Amino acid sequence: MATAATAGTEEVIEAAGVQLHVVKGGSGSPLVILHDELGHPGWLPFHDALAQRYTVHLPMHPGFGVTERVEWIMSMRDIAGWYLEAFDDLRWEQVPVLGYGLGGWLAAEMASMCPQQFSKLVVVSAPGIRPPSGEIFDMFLVVFKDYVTKGIFDPENSAGFQSAYGGDPTPEEADARDYAREEASRLTWRPYMHYPNLPPLLHRLKRIPTLVVWGREDTIVPLSAGEAYQAAIPGSRLVVLDRCGHHPHIEQPETFVQHVQEFLNT
Amino acid sequence: MLIGHFTEQPWQDDNTGLMGNQSLDLGISNQLYDPMQGAKLYNRYIDEKIFAEEMGFDGLMLNEHHSTPFCMQGVTNVGASILARVTNKAKIIILGNILPIWDDPLWLAEQLAMIDMISYGRLVSGFVRGGGRESVAHNAPPHYNRERFEEAHDFIIKAWTDPGPFRWEGKHYHYRYVNPWARPLQKPHPQIWIPSTVSVETVEWTARHRYPLVLLATKLGPTKDAFDLYHKTATESGYESGTQNVAYLFKVHVDESEELADEVGRKYLSGVSNPFLSGNEGTVNPAIMSLPGHTSRRSKRLAATAFGPLGRLGTNRRPYEEQVKDYTIISGTPKTVLPKIKHVLEYLRPGSIFFWDGDGAMSHEDSMRSLRLMGEEVIPAVREMGQELELNSPFEIDPVTNQPFAAEVNEPVIPNKVVAKSPAPASAD
Repeated sequence: MATAATAGTEEVIEAAGVQLHVVKGGSGSPLVILHDELGHPGWLPFHDALAQRYTVHLPMHPGFGVTERVEWIMSMRDIAGWYLEAFDDLRWEQVPVLGYGLGGWLAAEMASMCPQQFSKLVVVSAPGIRPPSGEIFDMFLVVFKDYVTKGIFDPENSAGFQSAYGGDPTPEEADARDYAREEASRLTWRPYMHYPNLPPLLHRLKRIPTLVVWGREDTIVPLSAGEAYQAAIPGSRLVVLDRCGHHPHIEQPETFVQHVQEFLNT
Repeated sequence: MLIGHFTEQPWQDDNTGLMGNQSLDLGISNQLYDPMQGAKLYNRYIDEKIFAEEMGFDGLMLNEHHSTPFCMQGVTNVGASILARVTNKAKIIILGNILPIWDDPLWLAEQLAMIDMISYGRLVSGFVRGGGRESVAHNAPPHYNRERFEEAHDFIIKAWTDPGPFRWEGKHYHYRYVNPWARPLQKPHPQIWIPSTVSVETVEWTARHRYPLVLLATKLGPTKDAFDLYHKTATESGYESGTQNVAYLFKVHVDESEELADEVGRKYLSGVSNPFLSGNEGTVNPAIMSLPGHTSRRSKRLAATAFGPLGRLGTNRRPYEEQVKDYTIISGTPKTVLPKIKHVLEYLRPGSIFFWDGDGAMSHEDSMRSLRLMGEEVIPAVREMGQELELNSPFEIDPVTNQPFAAEVNEPVIPNKVVAKSPAPASAD
């Protein structure tokens, strides 16, 4: 993996009426990365690797502990609508977007509303679709640490997991995680982590090259949901990583980045 | 003063192996549930309530919890409806209906109005926010718990008092036609009491609404703090509160000898796990205890004070002796419990009290002995204490005005010819 020489810097930018915190790093054409239900995880090795070739923009979603909450946002569709204006204000036009976990669902919602905003889409381990088989694991019935650990295929031996979530959080981190959990609840409490009317709208993504990435051993959002995303988005491709859980970007950053770059470069 | 009776109506079944306190909250499958045992227990608890009224209790307190064996009553309005018909004098005090889990509070307004009418105006309608298990069991969004509580409350009051039909387009509740063909008998509506295990926001909200506050088996110190906060908030809100504004539930068991009282008192700490029964918590699920957004950050910051969980619930698994020492459990013969009850009354000055009895692993016989002794010896003596200490219930002094009610308010509203005599409790001997 690359060094942290390109580690991003945090900016606060007015977007859609909100002081949006965005970490920006690297150089090259823009790539927007939407974080998951755990909140902004800090600058991780996969950010670093992608920052070698792209200017990565990591917005911190409203309500997830850093950017202030937007009171009227009560659902994923609400936040997707809000984000489209934020993209306008930030002049993120015709950009590739990578979303993992809840961020992948968010990207899919936005793209179904406004496909022309996106040049390419990478959807990783995303909830949003009710899995045809299995269930989405309920993050609200366990504490934060147990939820993250459960999502990792081999937590003991996952260097990425150990460095991102292995130790005890600082009080600030604990606070941010608590906010993230609350905002995730506001967006996804019921129906839990999915919206029945997303799949029919995903057909609108037919003009956006889309890559779906999943861990075969994802115990949070079963692979069948990934297959359903692939089936709902015409022309999309599904890549499944073996010995990998809910967090491919953390568990297998090199393989993950390789797939993403290959897709973005073609 | 008002003297009431309460039990959680715990599940008791030797055959399921649930005796003991090792179960994880929401961790027990109901495949263990034996409906015949349920039938017997429901009837037992109704019988005990009927007997409690005969023994002179002024109030029969009911509550509800969900998907948990420590409280069998998942629908408190069912219990209240039955008591409305089979009892005659006692107030039916629901503490309370869990507002945020109702997606249709109009239905709740109708049910409570029916209970008030069927009981000829004996309903006290408590409202609570509910704990994490209630939100999980009925899939109520925890992050909107307080918003839904307040909106449902405002809606129910309006449905009870404003002539219909009207529309309601709120944030969480929406109705095109509110015109329930059932209105409460008591005017303007049944008294609303708010139970709490010491949440700062709840204490302040309750005081601002001039509703009586009921502290649920909290330790004496934090309870006093909460009452002080209530009285202070009342002053700030421009009115004078008094004993009529505060009530206290505490564990009291009475028995025929000190030995028996000691033996049975220890049963509070056995039986199915009950996080509200200090010493009998079982294994709580920390995620369910702190669902996202359920507890405000302000309250969380107070967690280390008397208002925090440690202050209100006591340390986990506190031994029986320790609880007896600090009055968390009062168990004895009438002679020995009375001075302790007096201490509680003097220290807290509540206008209404509830004895929490017949819980944990206590049998029907244990409960009935205690109820009888309470009726014969404890209640009359406690009434005298109440008079001596000038402790007045919200049915003696108006909690809104701090003035005595007009005399007719306390006259029975029951037209004699309509009242059916309640059947004698089958097992009350």
